Amino acid sequence: MSQLGREALLDAYEKMATIRAFEERLHEEIKTGEIPGFTHLYCGQEAAAVGVCAHLDDDDYIVSTHRGHGHCIAKGCDVVGMMKEIYGRADGLCKGKGGSMHIADVSVGMLGANGIVGAGAPLAVGAAISAKIDGRGKVSVAFSGDGACNQGTTFEAMNMAVVTRAPAIFVFENNHYSEHTGVDYAVGTAGDIASRAEAFGMKVWRADGCDFFATYDAMRDLLDHVRGGGGPAAIELDTERFYGHFEGDPQRYRGKGELDRIREQRDCLKAFRKTAGERGLLDAADLDAIDAKVAALIDRAVTEARAAPPPNPDDVHADVYVSY
Amino acid sequence: MAVMTIRDAINATLHQEMERDDSIIVLGEDVVGGMGTAGGPEAIGGIWGATGGLYAKFGADRVIDTPISESAIVGAAAGAALAGKRPVAELMFADFVGVSLDQLWNQMAKFRYMFGGKTRCPAVIRLIYGAGMNTAAQHSQSVYAMMTSIPGLKIALPATPADAKGLLTEALRGDDPVLFFEHKALFGAKGEVPDGEYRVPFGHARMVREGGDVTIVACGRMVNFAQKAADKLAEDGIGCDLIDLRSTSPMDEEAILDSVEETGRLVVVDESPPRCSLAADIAALASLKAFTALKAPPQMVTGLHTPIPFARELERAWLPSPAKIEEAVRTTLAFRS
Repeated sequence: MSQLGREALLDAYEKMATIRAFEERLHEEIKTGEIPGFTHLYCGQEAAAVGVCAHLDDDDYIVSTHRGHGHCIAKGCDVVGMMKEIYGRADGLCKGKGGSMHIADVSVGMLGANGIVGAGAPLAVGAAISAKIDGRGKVSVAFSGDGACNQGTTFEAMNMAVVTRAPAIFVFENNHYSEHTGVDYAVGTAGDIASRAEAFGMKVWRADGCDFFATYDAMRDLLDHVRGGGGPAAIELDTERFYGHFEGDPQRYRGKGELDRIREQRDCLKAFRKTAGERGLLDAADLDAIDAKVAALIDRAVTEARAAPPPNPDDVHADVYVSY
Repeated sequence: MAVMTIRDAINATLHQEMERDDSIIVLGEDVVGGMGTAGGPEAIGGIWGATGGLYAKFGADRVIDTPISESAIVGAAAGAALAGKRPVAELMFADFVGVSLDQLWNQMAKFRYMFGGKTRCPAVIRLIYGAGMNTAAQHSQSVYAMMTSIPGLKIALPATPADAKGLLTEALRGDDPVLFFEHKALFGAKGEVPDGEYRVPFGHARMVREGGDVTIVACGRMVNFAQKAADKLAEDGIGCDLIDLRSTSPMDEEAILDSVEETGRLVVVDESPPRCSLAADIAALASLKAFTALKAPPQMVTGLHTPIPFARELERAWLPSPAKIEEAVRTTLAFRS
């Protein structure tokens, strides 16, 4: 059973609720046409990002995916800065140069969302090698989806992590869809990702990624193993994607009633409330107060993002290099 | 000043800089060599001999033999650089750049820009390139022109041992990703190398010789070919300005244009296929920015638009040569508008 104290529990719920509100709001705001480019919503997977990142400090690294908003928020990126970035504003977290798919904030150990499926795992191994050299117990987490688990880069990274015994952690969020293709079809090991990681010589865990407590507990055990010098490890989290691959995806590949069913039965926020209540950990009023606080934050983020200045075209050449 | 080969200059620079800065790490296939074998570590010390002795001195944490996994090598270098290290990764043959291309052009080249200038990615990738050893189509290419087209990467190509030291030192002290191209036929080339700290800034070409009649621009091994051509032309009283670019990104446009303004004639020597090449880029530069000074169309001496062939006779036919450079100089001098 989790050893989380009240403050830590409230913080975990606040992070999850922030991701949910951020994403549900984006889903609405995208319809206004004010947000440029592609947006991939993480909604439904909040317990995975927060259950993993609740164990990490700013000194630990994560490398994210196409669906990166949740990882950014869970790792501590500034939410208003993220919203401004998604609106393409000059004072966005990446000065309007990155957008939804490329948000990063190295100051909190968030080494970037990524527009390339499968590109993150090698980067995470590099950060893990760095952490190993530093010898201060830092770890590096590669978030990958079930789509990325089929990329050769991910295989290479897992093998290199094992060979170098770097403190790399491969978190596979299996949301059952790589873009518009089902995991049972695309992942040749009958949809089982963890057994692949195991085949590379890593210790693996499996958990229900829609259950914050299960994810948190599994990650605690996994991190005990990795920080204790046991070498790299992997965890497969069974999770759900509430929206399409990208915003605007009509999701014709979904089964009849599938989305209603996962919203009803697999909602990690509802599950958190239920468990926290049943175990007498938190009151509904505590959580309602957080919901209200989060709603105000997201309102402010959208209002500020809309009002924020666009980038100056003269800055198009800035920051290609540190020096030239 | 000591006389040494480019191989030894690179090795000595790695030793010197790794001693100075413990954030520098070296990784790649067989950079230690012999790991997991009866021969043991340092049985090889790098296929090219450039990384010998590093493992013995700096240990397994900082000199890392990797599996044959170019994507993971370059990606790990990028990730380690984001996490505060200064990795030097070796791609045993530049031809393998395609295997790791995403990590180069979508990841390390773009981090700084797309993350709003808040990150550094001080990774150095050493790529061993070039034709002339009959290593055929998959082990001979000069992909520096292709890489030069990628914003965010700095590209260096030393032609001398001194520049190998100066440019590599500069790469290791800077905060940008650098692709450092070492020509496999130049590793044994000898020359004087300054002692102690020696840096050659990127974007500053070296004027190898001044002649005033024709401007020859070259880089890497092609500088030696151009030098031979210029020696031959000098016997006929033809004076060549020979510019060694040393880095193609950034590139010393001023040195090229200043010389072309004076000579009015340009020959670019580039060991890549001609289409979308460095030669085409520099010819365009002269046409755009020195049009009125030109007395003749710029000439390009390049490889052919074919994969690089194996047989000696065919590879020779493919490569630029001193004779082809000499011919291009005579062609431009003979031009009457």
